[in-house]
Amino acid sequence: MWARNLLFGVVCLCGVLALASNILLQDRIATPSSFEPGRFGDLTKVSNKPAAAQNDWQRTVTKLNAEFHAKWKEDGLQATPRADDLTLARRLSLGLTGTIPSLEEVRAIERLPEGERLEWWTSRLLEDRRFGDYVGERLARVYVGTDDGPVLLYRRRRFVNWLSDQLLDRRPYNEIAQQMIGGNGIWTSQPALNYITHTCTENNQGQPDEVRLAARTVRAFLALRIDCLQCHDDNLGTNNLGDDGAPRESKQEDFHQLAAFFAPAKLGLSGVYESKDEYQFKYLKAEKDVTVPAAAPYRADLLTPGGSRREQLARWTTHPQNKPFARAIVNRMWAIVCGRPLVEPIDEIPLHGPYPPGLEVLAEDFVSHGHDLQRLIRLIAASEPFLRASTAEFEITPQHEKSWAAFPLSRLQPQQMAGAMIQSASLNTLDEKNAHIIWLLAKNEQTQQFVRRYGDLGEDEFTDRGGTIPQRLLLMNGELVQERTNENIIANAATRIVTVTPSAAAAIDAAYLAVLTRRPTAEEKEVFVPRLDAARGEERRRVLEDLYWVLVNSTEFSWNH
Amino acid sequence: MSDLNHPGFCNSAAHFSRRGVLQAVGLSGISFLTPLAEQLARAAEQEPKGSTPQSLIVLWMQGGPSQLETFDPHPDTNIAGGSKSIKTAAKDIFIGDGLPLVAEQMESISLVRSIVSKEGDHERATYYVKNGYRPDPTLVHPSLGAVICHQTQDNLEIPRHISLLPNIWAARGGYLGDQFDAFKSQDPLGPVPDVKPRVAQPRFDQRLKDLSVVEGQFARGRLKNLDDGRTLHRSSVDAARRMMSSDQLAAFDVSKAPEALRKEFGETPFGRCCLAALQLIEVGVRCVELRLESWDSHANNHEFCKQLNGTLDPAFASLIKHLKERKLFDKTMVLWAGEFGRTPQINPLGGRDHWPHGFSMALAGGGIAGGRVIGETAPQPKLDEKDRLQDVADPRRVEDVHATILQAFGIDRLKEIQTPIGRPMALSQGKVIQELLA
Repeated sequence: MWARNLLFGVVCLCGVLALASNILLQDRIATPSSFEPGRFGDLTKVSNKPAAAQNDWQRTVTKLNAEFHAKWKEDGLQATPRADDLTLARRLSLGLTGTIPSLEEVRAIERLPEGERLEWWTSRLLEDRRFGDYVGERLARVYVGTDDGPVLLYRRRRFVNWLSDQLLDRRPYNEIAQQMIGGNGIWTSQPALNYITHTCTENNQGQPDEVRLAARTVRAFLALRIDCLQCHDDNLGTNNLGDDGAPRESKQEDFHQLAAFFAPAKLGLSGVYESKDEYQFKYLKAEKDVTVPAAAPYRADLLTPGGSRREQLARWTTHPQNKPFARAIVNRMWAIVCGRPLVEPIDEIPLHGPYPPGLEVLAEDFVSHGHDLQRLIRLIAASEPFLRASTAEFEITPQHEKSWAAFPLSRLQPQQMAGAMIQSASLNTLDEKNAHIIWLLAKNEQTQQFVRRYGDLGEDEFTDRGGTIPQRLLLMNGELVQERTNENIIANAATRIVTVTPSAAAAIDAAYLAVLTRRPTAEEKEVFVPRLDAARGEERRRVLEDLYWVLVNSTEFSWNH
Repeated sequence: MSDLNHPGFCNSAAHFSRRGVLQAVGLSGISFLTPLAEQLARAAEQEPKGSTPQSLIVLWMQGGPSQLETFDPHPDTNIAGGSKSIKTAAKDIFIGDGLPLVAEQMESISLVRSIVSKEGDHERATYYVKNGYRPDPTLVHPSLGAVICHQTQDNLEIPRHISLLPNIWAARGGYLGDQFDAFKSQDPLGPVPDVKPRVAQPRFDQRLKDLSVVEGQFARGRLKNLDDGRTLHRSSVDAARRMMSSDQLAAFDVSKAPEALRKEFGETPFGRCCLAALQLIEVGVRCVELRLESWDSHANNHEFCKQLNGTLDPAFASLIKHLKERKLFDKTMVLWAGEFGRTPQINPLGGRDHWPHGFSMALAGGGIAGGRVIGETAPQPKLDEKDRLQDVADPRRVEDVHATILQAFGIDRLKEIQTPIGRPMALSQGKVIQELLA
């Protein structure tokens, strides 16, 4: 009998040790292959290196920062201090993977020398499948929206997976765009073509819709909103087109001449192909249809002959001298990383300026470095505005946020909320390398359910809005929060922490790090540590469960800061 | 940040009126008088406008109901495919024979049989009919219910805009803001989602107390009016708590209604939702949307319609009847609509396909003259692809129905709202169908 008891004891001990190992966390996170500690130097310190001694990365960041500093000086704004490393890690994680760092990752970051942490973390995230999937989804919303589209002719999931692969493979952005706009073939084997087939609705007899494609292309790739030109000339004088130094009012023809590039695109048995069709349109006040020629609304000199019309348009759109192409993705990527774009609305950047600090520097760097999206992300993450705290000893005003002298608060997207909640309930990282497929499938399902109830913002995702009552109800009483905070030794961090962490202070610390990616303040410790200390047995679990609920329901959890 | 972004269920364009004053008084401290203030405010709104409606019920037929088997039958023609019609209580109006109970209420219902649209895809057409604008990639338009909520004021503890049995295309606030989105709830047999705390009340209260500790830490060193000016976190938590403890929540629950009444509406999710809608309107909810799905009859159209009409008929008819009995009919408008109609031709599978070129909508209640029919579709259509309109007499657009409803509610349909993209947008660009108005 004693042998059985002993065996039982050993089994229990092994279980506890296995759990404890997750709390104590060994160094099991590999060093990212793209990690270069010297890339930006020590970002915790102000660099005084002369330009000649700086590398190519540092020169761009110095130039970028100088523009922001000049702006702050001009506006008489004091910038906030640098944010702490964990806050930066949370921001970057939310922006690039749609979730928060796991406790395991927090511990790994803290083990690194301070000056290397941000570079290490950026490199790790850019090599993570979650980065491709999450940013791929964000970009897909720009290119094809969130609607289901035509059944059979459109495979959104495949399109997002393809974008994810391109991002992880560091495929140049101009090539990604060219394939979407100018490609031919079957949309299942060439997922980029879902950009075209997405418009093949019943309204258009299952054929590509040149008008929708033209509107989408200029907005998504050039950040120009000329949709109103579909029906009439620009009456408000807000949509100037024309060449550099020669702005002119926009006309209905500008839109339809762009649509003419898409008119020959047809869908047949071999997928998307180029026909000989011309584009016919009856302009406002015209008496009959006319054949509309394909023409660019500005910089027609960049249009080169050869290939199909869509290939010509794709080359023109992505031409290194077609600056709106680079500005559009810089503004978009800035918003993805920082929660807000440099220019608002995000897809309306004036063709003839003026431009805010940072935009032109990053756009030029982007073009001169082969349209490299990962480089762009690294530059944004190393820039002064990203590194600023969102709090200060002095009074922060909306002007500070607008000028990026303080990091602006932005509400988390529903996907980020779900991602953060599911991750916070696990001490280990829920990624492809660490989590079992069943966990990942459950995570996907729960994310979808949560987003449906929380309310998807669709394409309008960078709109600054406050919380709603159904959202609060969902977080206070919803199933996911309940599942992820109540007693569950396997699935929930709250239970695991309290089971294997005898010290009250350490347990409260771990809960704060897992949910808010920070340690509790002195005031918070004063409330929660004695309470957990005094609790015994089941009560301990309840205290931590309640704390998890409180942290998940806080403003801090729902906002990027 | 504009006041449009404020959370709660009573965010609307401010206007100074007896109603507004009563509510302001209610808000300023005598909130225990809320139900009385609410009723007085409603009465005040009613006085100068006769039968101006105050609430809207949208019976949403997802999938695109066949006009030929519902409100626009053409019996004994090729396109009928055997479908019959029946007489109604309204002189000279015949409707599909699957709706005998609705036929009895026809004197109170008017039909538009000549709606034309250019959207033949479910998602896009749903957007168009619910919002009165065709999909525009630069802007999300608000649904009819959201516009009405935006243009009125209430002091309810439960949501003013509700979608029962919703799918992913439930009515939205669009550019007016998420706070005008319909609150979603399923079959009233089940509980209202997320309104019950998962722990005992004392423990829940302690959690809220602890939450204020964490909130205080976060607010430190940030914008002065962080909550009111930006996050609206505390105010939405407070409003959510009010809702959780409100007696008005009982209006979602049909289990306490007499069994005979439940049977009259039909023991189906849709029937129960119609009964719940009646109760919700009674406590002061502005707009309720209810969905009856599966009208997408690409095959076996007649069987589909027979089954769905069996659900629709008692629910729709009882709703009209009991609105009248409870003296709510003149204060409530009921709209019956789907995203499009079905083809006059029957396909080889015995189904009807999508047809936006002449389909029906039905309206009843406050502001609407019953027993009228606007427009007609040809019993022997030419089906000329180049000229669809020759098969439709007196064609009306989707936005015309929106304009008519807003007009009936006394809302200036041409009023322009500044949208987030800086473009002013009229509440509706349609023309009022005067013949529908009482």
